[in-house]
Amino acid sequence: MNSKTWLYILKRILLAILTVWVVITVTFFVMHAVPGGPFNSEKAISDAAKAALEAKYGLDKPVGEQYVTYLKDIVTEFDFGPSLKQKGRDVISIILDGLKTSAILGVCAAVLALIVGVILGAVAAIKHNKLIDKFIMVIMTAFVSMPSFIMGALMLIVFANKLRWFPANGSTTAGLILPIIALSLYPMAYITRLTRSSMLDVLGQDYIRTARAKGVAPRAVIFKHALKNSLIPVITYFGPMLAYIVTGSLVIEKIFAVPGIGRAFVNSITARDYPLIMGTTIVLATLIVVMNLISDIMYKVVDPRITLE
Amino acid sequence: MNKKPLSLHVDVDKFIPATEQDKEYMVQMRPPSTFFKDGVKRLLKNKVATVSFFIIVIIALSSIFIPMFWPYSYETQLGVVPGKPVDSSYNNLKPFEYGETELARIEAGEKVFPHVFGTDSSGRDYFIRVVYGTRISLAVGFFASIIVLIVGMTIGSIAGYCGGKIDLIIMRIVDIIYSLPDTLMVILLSAVLGTVIDKAIQGTILEKIGTNIISLFIVFALLYWVSMSRLIRGQILSLREQEYVLASRAAGAKGKWIITKHLIPNCISVVIISTALQIPSAIFTESYLSFLGLGVNAPMPSLGSLASDALNGLASYPSRLVIPAIVISLIVLSLNLFGDGLRDAFDPKLNG
Repeated sequence: MNSKTWLYILKRILLAILTVWVVITVTFFVMHAVPGGPFNSEKAISDAAKAALEAKYGLDKPVGEQYVTYLKDIVTEFDFGPSLKQKGRDVISIILDGLKTSAILGVCAAVLALIVGVILGAVAAIKHNKLIDKFIMVIMTAFVSMPSFIMGALMLIVFANKLRWFPANGSTTAGLILPIIALSLYPMAYITRLTRSSMLDVLGQDYIRTARAKGVAPRAVIFKHALKNSLIPVITYFGPMLAYIVTGSLVIEKIFAVPGIGRAFVNSITARDYPLIMGTTIVLATLIVVMNLISDIMYKVVDPRITLE
Repeated sequence: MNKKPLSLHVDVDKFIPATEQDKEYMVQMRPPSTFFKDGVKRLLKNKVATVSFFIIVIIALSSIFIPMFWPYSYETQLGVVPGKPVDSSYNNLKPFEYGETELARIEAGEKVFPHVFGTDSSGRDYFIRVVYGTRISLAVGFFASIIVLIVGMTIGSIAGYCGGKIDLIIMRIVDIIYSLPDTLMVILLSAVLGTVIDKAIQGTILEKIGTNIISLFIVFALLYWVSMSRLIRGQILSLREQEYVLASRAAGAKGKWIITKHLIPNCISVVIISTALQIPSAIFTESYLSFLGLGVNAPMPSLGSLASDALNGLASYPSRLVIPAIVISLIVLSLNLFGDGLRDAFDPKLNG
């Protein structure tokens, strides 16, 4: 890696930090723009009790001061403050509770999407314009045009309610199978299309013809020469894929009742639990930004010919 | 005539008047084709895109016209008649079933319009709700894309034309917005904007549309313009440097001529295509937000909110989920395929 690559990486890291800061700031001020404050929805609350509550949560101080405290707490000790609706619990402990389940769900979905997507994409490219290629592409196009929540709900009807192959409740390990599949279908379809088009591109290259002319076995040409090079564009999709899985898991966790961050986030929206909304937004956004950063840097390192803006 | 190869003498043969046969070559056999006509011709050759286009048109037209003559309305609870107890026989009807009073009327020889998709848990005709939801989803997708187009085009062309410091500042802002996780920001903003603008729009025509939809539009205007403005800026920057623009300038063309004859016609196809491709993503976002309870305000349905409501009675009434699911997938699939066809037909350069 030359100095230019390092400069690029440095620039990307700075942009990522800036983005996270913007997310925190936007989240904070958007939440404080809500008229009336968070305690207005609670019924029958006296003015004295309200003032005491506001003092307890630091809401009586000027907004600027609250912002600095909030930012400092997050950066120094990952402290997002207490939850408003779940009494006596900190936002961070609620998030950490859901993190393990959500991480298992997300990582399994990503791995499944990658493996199946690459295999199907490669098969479709090798059998270009044959029946199997067309079949794979039709199925994958259908997957891309169906929102994740509809896919999840349909799978719930078919596999959990009608066929009873899997449990409908996602709180057990076996119950995670359906949500993982439902979550992986969209990125899987995307990766299949990506792998197929890049593999077709690579198969048309001169060095593939050279390898074939030299007498390299067809299997070796595909695995050693073609597949390796056609996976490069797939790396760029890592970041967007994680973003999709994070946002997709919000609805999937709601449908299958998976006790993860996504469900906590959705419930916090309906319950108007502002500190929890802020905390989960910031954690998930940071996750996405960091994954985008890693995938961009990997892309640059794997293929130095590429110049990203 | 005896002709020496290197002779400087004028070749007299070249000055003989043209024969009738020669003149025929100069006759225009058909009217000149324009860029647009060429594109349409290529589009019509693409069967998948044409079929998708007709599907979209049929869905759009039926969502506009069916509510005009359908005897039921999307908000009428059929079991609720003023002055009488609620007739629960109208709730959760299966397709082509009738409520008790309707059965009595059929016995008496009256004709009753069937509930094609049955009714929902509040006794509302489900067919008209799906049609209405389609209308809302399509309208939201369309207007959101127009908003994105307007904002993106304005900012993108300002950045492209002005260049220099303005361009630099705009592009840094674009970079930051681009790297924000959009869906999370959309959820956050719609969760809050609803309560903020609630007061502001009371009593105006906007109130009817509902706060959630308006906040969705605002969110689109705030966040989704970035890729459009990047695209337009890039187009303007690259088109300005094209040889044919240079040639035109060398031939004495002024700014207005270059803009109307070269920049706009070459830019417009890319703009239209990316606007068309924006519509399905807007429909996706709307249905996603509706599913989280941040979409249209009840009792107005959208395809997303219908699917979301269907989750409650999923085990007993799966058709209530399947129907909006099919409609939404059909719309998004046709729009995507049609958008791809548009891109192939109007901008072969883009087809990498």
